[in-house]
Amino acid sequence: MRALDLSRLITAAADTIVDHAEELTALDQAIGDGDHGLNMKRGFEALRSDANVFAAKPLPDALKAIGTKLVMTVGGASGPLFGTLFIALGKEISADPDNANLTAAFGKAIEAVAARGKSQVGQKTMLDVLQPVRDALAGEKTAAEIADIADAAAKATVPMKALRGRASFLGDRSIGHMDAGARSTALLVRTLAQIIGDKA
Amino acid sequence: MSNVGIVIVSHSPLVAEGTADMVRQMVGDEVPLAWCGGNGHGGLGTNVEAIMGAIERAWSDAGVAILVDLGGAETNSEMAVEMIGEPRAQKIIVCNAPIVEGAVMAATEASGGASLKEVVATAHELSPS
Repeated sequence: MRALDLSRLITAAADTIVDHAEELTALDQAIGDGDHGLNMKRGFEALRSDANVFAAKPLPDALKAIGTKLVMTVGGASGPLFGTLFIALGKEISADPDNANLTAAFGKAIEAVAARGKSQVGQKTMLDVLQPVRDALAGEKTAAEIADIADAAAKATVPMKALRGRASFLGDRSIGHMDAGARSTALLVRTLAQIIGDKA
Repeated sequence: MSNVGIVIVSHSPLVAEGTADMVRQMVGDEVPLAWCGGNGHGGLGTNVEAIMGAIERAWSDAGVAILVDLGGAETNSEMAVEMIGEPRAQKIIVCNAPIVEGAVMAATEASGGASLKEVVATAHELSPS
């Protein structure tokens, strides 16, 4: 991936999160602690201001640096979870990944997020979007298809009962609301897929 | 100091500070002690950078036991330990124990010169199984 692409990806991802910050906070207010949008906005604005610094690094180092920055700036439980996703991805990916390498690295990164959050698929978290996206990558779906799969997966968290995080304290009352982390994950997937799809 | 250090991490700076105050009054100054809490922006929360700072302040070569309140405090503390990295990371343990009782009991154990393993075991005895 060329440096220019990475800078554009970071900027677009940050723009998306900033644009949807209020929506994410509203989702989190329903069943979480109501700070997801604000936290994510802070983290991704920090990424955007250093986009050129990240883009100047080889891809694995850039991803690790992005993850570390998210850990330090997002705050809340989302920081370590999104941070771990990028740090683990950076550890596993090659400098110029093909689809097989990307899929394998993404799978390892999901395992790292699951371990960090002591969570698994089906518990109404970001994992419920990450796993279908990984499966779509493995199935060599198009970027547009992957974005749709991510959106559908986020919507599918609505009827789920939360078993991790603050939402889990609500028990059955968590049913009927989309998980904020699943939504922000789907937003990021769509943004990245659009840009990578454009390039293809 | 050769005694195990204690770090208190709460979503609320008031809870963290109050717990640290209880430890100081009940146990004294024999253990390195630090606390952190809040999201750094005036709200409830925990953040990795603040936890790393607290670990530094309470650092002891005998190790550090971290007492946490809710889930995010635990996740962020584990991340902080990982980012501090080896070799120190293996001397830092996030306890599964109630934050106030755990901090006082762990500090009491630590003040007698107990090992990190013993300090953590004492805190864990308080955890409902």
